[in-house]
Amino acid sequence: MNWEVVIGLETHAQLQTKSKIFSGSSIAFGAEPNVQASAVDIALPGVLPVLNHEAVVCAIKFGLAVGAQIAPRSIFARKNYFYPDLPKGYQISQFEIPVVSGGGLAITVGSGDAATEKFVHLTRAHLEEDAGKSLHEDFHGRTGIDLNRAGTPLLEIVTEPDMRSSAEAVAYAKALHALVQWIGICDGNMQEGSFRCDANVSVRRPGGPLGTRREIKNLNSFRFMQQAIDFEVQWQINEITEGRAIRQATVLFDPDSGETRSMRSKEDAHDYRYFPDPDLLPLEITPDWIAQVKSELPELPQAMQARFQAAYGLSAYDAATLTASRDMAKYFEAATQACKQPKLVANWVINEVRRFMYEGARDEQEEPLPSEVRDGIPGRDVIRIPAEKLAELITRITDATISNAGAKKAFIELWTGPEQKVDEVIERMGLKQITDTGAIEALVDDVLAANQKSVEEYRAGKEKAFNALVGQAMKATKGKANPQQVTDLLKKKLGA
Amino acid sequence: MSDLVNSSLRELSAALAAKKVSAVELATLFLDRIEKLNPALNAFIALDRDKTLTQARGTDAALAAGAGSTLTGIPLAHKDIFCTNGWRTSCGSKMLANFVSPYDAHVVEKLAAAGMVTLGKLNMDEFAMGSSNETSFFGPVKNPWDVSRVPGGSSGGSAAAIAARLTPAATGTDTGGSIRQPAALCGLTGLKPTYGVVSRYGMIAFASSLDQAGPMAKSAEDCALLLNAMAGFDPRDSTSLERSTEDYARDLEKPLAGLRIGLPKEFFSDGMDADVRAAVEVALAEYRTLGATTVEVQLPNSGLSVPAYYVIAPAEASSNLSRFDGVRYGYRAPEYADLTEMYSRSRAQGFGAEVKRRILIGTYVLSHGYYDAYYLQAQKIRRLIAADFAEAFKNCDVIMGPTSPSVAFGFGAKSADPVQMYLSDIYTISTNLAGLPGMSLPCGFGNNNMPVGLQIIGNWFGEAKMLNVAHQYQKATDWHMKFPEQMR
Amino acid sequence: MSLTLEDVTRIALLSRIDLSAAEREATRDQLNGILGFIEQLQAVDTTGIEPMAHAVDVVQRLRPDVVTETDRRADFQAVAPETEAGLYLVPRVVE
Repeated sequence: MNWEVVIGLETHAQLQTKSKIFSGSSIAFGAEPNVQASAVDIALPGVLPVLNHEAVVCAIKFGLAVGAQIAPRSIFARKNYFYPDLPKGYQISQFEIPVVSGGGLAITVGSGDAATEKFVHLTRAHLEEDAGKSLHEDFHGRTGIDLNRAGTPLLEIVTEPDMRSSAEAVAYAKALHALVQWIGICDGNMQEGSFRCDANVSVRRPGGPLGTRREIKNLNSFRFMQQAIDFEVQWQINEITEGRAIRQATVLFDPDSGETRSMRSKEDAHDYRYFPDPDLLPLEITPDWIAQVKSELPELPQAMQARFQAAYGLSAYDAATLTASRDMAKYFEAATQACKQPKLVANWVINEVRRFMYEGARDEQEEPLPSEVRDGIPGRDVIRIPAEKLAELITRITDATISNAGAKKAFIELWTGPEQKVDEVIERMGLKQITDTGAIEALVDDVLAANQKSVEEYRAGKEKAFNALVGQAMKATKGKANPQQVTDLLKKKLGA
Repeated sequence: MSDLVNSSLRELSAALAAKKVSAVELATLFLDRIEKLNPALNAFIALDRDKTLTQARGTDAALAAGAGSTLTGIPLAHKDIFCTNGWRTSCGSKMLANFVSPYDAHVVEKLAAAGMVTLGKLNMDEFAMGSSNETSFFGPVKNPWDVSRVPGGSSGGSAAAIAARLTPAATGTDTGGSIRQPAALCGLTGLKPTYGVVSRYGMIAFASSLDQAGPMAKSAEDCALLLNAMAGFDPRDSTSLERSTEDYARDLEKPLAGLRIGLPKEFFSDGMDADVRAAVEVALAEYRTLGATTVEVQLPNSGLSVPAYYVIAPAEASSNLSRFDGVRYGYRAPEYADLTEMYSRSRAQGFGAEVKRRILIGTYVLSHGYYDAYYLQAQKIRRLIAADFAEAFKNCDVIMGPTSPSVAFGFGAKSADPVQMYLSDIYTISTNLAGLPGMSLPCGFGNNNMPVGLQIIGNWFGEAKMLNVAHQYQKATDWHMKFPEQMR
Repeated sequence: MSLTLEDVTRIALLSRIDLSAAEREATRDQLNGILGFIEQLQAVDTTGIEPMAHAVDVVQRLRPDVVTETDRRADFQAVAPETEAGLYLVPRVVE
């Protein structure tokens, strides 16, 4: 029997402000417990919230980036419930009129020929405050409460139930993750909880009414998201198949068991009693303000992709890959500016730079890095060769100073070694190609003389034999000859 | 010295400036009176002579250095709703009976900066929920005019302390009449400013959209000086208004000729006791003598103000009081099996009956399925009530009427029936809903020689006008100078 | 509308206020008295009236994004019922 999976995602993105959304406490990660919890954050009697300007700017940026409406007037509401990490007994959030509504994200699901495009619609995005943290271990059976995180600004981004598979959900989450970093509103650090997803999952018969959904809370990696949704979908199908109805619930994913389980603390019937926060007034966002934020917004990834295709003749895939992050795109453009070889730069960035940068976080199908390189890399996510140097290296390929293979050796040295000049590396490593035609001709003649058997086979129509001859010739030059030049010479001598 | 207990703030200021008395002597005078008279009244619930005298010495030094202002060296006391650094700040509740505030409310900060000396903290209805001061965890405050009667509430400790001349002035807060009603019942002058004029930072919230702090003192002139020190923009309160600084005493001496006094038809129908009506009528006659004219105005929705208030205020309170959960400060029940029980028991034991009642009502009116019918409807009616006032102020400069429908009642007279108690604030609540400023000033005595209060309601930001209107009356009368014989 | 004992129990749980069985009955009667009083609001036609959430008609002022607070944990925790290693302690929370 056929089942259709229906997924909607709610993402909490911590905004990259300096201070909290309603107080002047720092939001820096990793402080001693409760030292970044001010009178407002711990909800002392009598304290009051005042909204952080920068948090609103972040929300406007996001609204502009996803083509959403930005409310000229939005309202902060109190969501009332008791929990020890929620000091006021309510969370300040937005309910009836959120700051951002509508818009959406284009995503690519799958890769290569199997890639499909999809548009995920957003319901809304609203500003709210984060809660503190409950620490369950090691306090003689009691829970410790750290309120440093309480009041950290969040943008909660809610999709329509548009996704139909875990792969789509992950593709959306990755696209969103890239976008919020691109526009500089969230650092995207999933380990530290800066970007957290909840997935609402249900199954139904194709075309049938929506099934009852269960919400998987706090998915903090894309891999867990995929595993959790896949498990949950199978679990729901089994339940229904065995005649049990799905009950609305909040569940947690346990990465160790690979299973989802109901949260006990969420079992109480909730009634959040939302009402407009009387301590905060309506948030007004004028067209002028939106225009100003828009003028400061960087070129967005999709616009940049289109431009890369048109201006540099890149494929859609290459353009998309290069615009996966703003740093990468900037790097590509800087190197291209310097050497005027967009396609070569694209290849080098996509194949080499990315491979080195994301060591430790690579897709599995990618070729592993040589161990000596892997061990020498001090940190991921850092491009360790400036764009100008990559451009110089590429220029040395195009002016035939070095071969592609030589360039790769130089690249590794430049990436892992101390800062040094490209030409010096080429010189020192002896990577220069032999460009003296007379010398190569002499070598080629020697090779032909020594491999008469291959010559005959080639003449008899065996193309493979030609490759063997090229290989022998390159070997004789210790790889320093330009392969194209060697090929051309061989062809001339054999074919003429 | 002893004449200083009934002196105006300006007189005290002059005496300090002339070195006839020091701030330490003045503070000691009142502390000694408190020691003697407070046990019978229960107005003060926190005293710290050392702290007070240290502060007084500081202001004496400032005065000696010529760095003082009008209020420097003058003592006052704070309603226990204001967080006061280093002072127990209980809000009249067992929940906060052990809470020593680690910070100062904006109002406390400002009055200290003006050089006023804190005598102590004043009793109040628990979390400002009450009209008789009977809901305080620390026991009821007695009315100095008759200790078998209530002082009104919720700022009952403030009112009783001033009426008994235990302090020249006090802070109060007014959510539905909590400054004006006790001022009326104890025979003093109190002012609730326009919402947003005084910062709410550090004032423990009851109903955030209604709460406003204000001065309580003997006279309108004193209130004007106090308001000058209390008012002003505070960036820590989003509802604090950014307005240019005002001298609220600037119009005190303006004659009242041509003043149009609006008398709401609805305030003068039945519901008011005859003795209150008689005193108010005499006061109005005095105003006509001073050159004012009276016009009838209409506030057709004012009858809905009490029920609308008893939806909005408990709703906001139910949420505001959720922070009292026994986790970070305040009362925690000694025994519990789990987290939910810790919450439920701490709150059941830490809050008194009226507070719990209002939390439960507020929770209900906000709950799923009832929000539109109660909360949203009450907010719509709130707009109708505000619109009524805007309309009325087209035809008058101030509105007058009684502050309270009766003089102070006896203990227990209304505590059995919450709704009867709520109706004590029938004339004061609508101004809170509209955000308007209001005052009460003494205008005579009713049955059993208990004080009667005249209410003045001003237009939005009409504090200076109200104070002018009150001051001119107080120049022509001496009701505000009277205090109970037994407190001499 | 009139509250039942079940309603009272539900509201009391939402409010985290423990009520004994006897208190529940008394509370129900008192709350019904108050609800009966506020019931008169239902009779008013408020079609087209904008709800008034604030006493003043102004918009939210915004705070510059500046860190202004310093560590006051010791002061704040001096009044806390139970702390350890800088944390507030509560009965074990099971997720």
